[in-house]
Amino acid sequence: MSIGPGWYLGLSTVLFAIGAIGVLVRRNVLIMFMCVELMLNAANLAFVTFARTLHDIGGQVLVFFVLVVAAAEVVVGLGIVVAIFRRRASANADDLHLMKG
Amino acid sequence: MTAALLTLAASSGHPTIPDIGVFAVAAAIIIAGAVGVVVARNPVHSALMLVMTLFGVAVMFVLQRADFLAAVQVIVYAGAIVVLFLFVIMFLGVDREEDIRSEPLRGQRPLALALVVLSATGLLLLGQVSKWTTGQPSVAGSDTGAPNVNLLGKSLYTTYLFPFEATSALLIIAVVGAVVLARRPPAVSSDEAVDQTPGAEDAEVDA
Repeated sequence: MSIGPGWYLGLSTVLFAIGAIGVLVRRNVLIMFMCVELMLNAANLAFVTFARTLHDIGGQVLVFFVLVVAAAEVVVGLGIVVAIFRRRASANADDLHLMKG
Repeated sequence: MTAALLTLAASSGHPTIPDIGVFAVAAAIIIAGAVGVVVARNPVHSALMLVMTLFGVAVMFVLQRADFLAAVQVIVYAGAIVVLFLFVIMFLGVDREEDIRSEPLRGQRPLALALVVLSATGLLLLGQVSKWTTGQPSVAGSDTGAPNVNLLGKSLYTTYLFPFEATSALLIIAVVGAVVLARRPPAVSSDEAVDQTPGAEDAEVDA
């Protein structure tokens, strides 16, 4: 038999935590995006683990949809970054306070 | 907690030595890559570390018999998304080293670290004390036995047909949105308009 689901879920939790720390700590918008991808991958890993544990292919179908949404999100997000960079010449999240009162 | 994890591992039979070895190596690659993404000072290095993590996750998918998803992971994530990241990094020219020592918000890092560690610990404990239940097992079909691609395709084109079609609309919207966002603003001043080639202007009119 293969490795039990607990190990995979623990790894998924650690990966998610590292991604969350990255989003909270880094200020480069591009690196924050990459950390969001890390968190999405942690969720995917958990989905696949539960699909195997519960013998239900639905988890893998959901991972498929997460991949599609992640691709769309990255395309739109990077478009926004390019648009902001054209105006501000900076990829630092702290500089983006145009809506500040 | 390790003991509880070990009992979980033992509950599904004894893993063999190659299984443990592959899992350990892939887990080390995933964690090292993830830490590298967070601590790298150069965004290009972060993107390459992200590729490492994504490959590790693909190995995990293979280990759990999600072969198709492993292939999609490598093709879509490592092949398309990270290339898009690298393209934007180099297009914008932000691939210079960044000083990550400075801390504009006082106490942000310790607070973030503490909150995340607290949440992760809570999540791990929750996994230990709670039971996973499903109201109706195998709603979309069991994943035992038959080849993975067959099951996934059958489920995708029967049970999940409408969401699958909806993703096509989502992708179209994303493409149109990206083109609109990344296009140059139409109101350009006269000296900028001189710099543009006629072909670029035609493309703008078309867009």
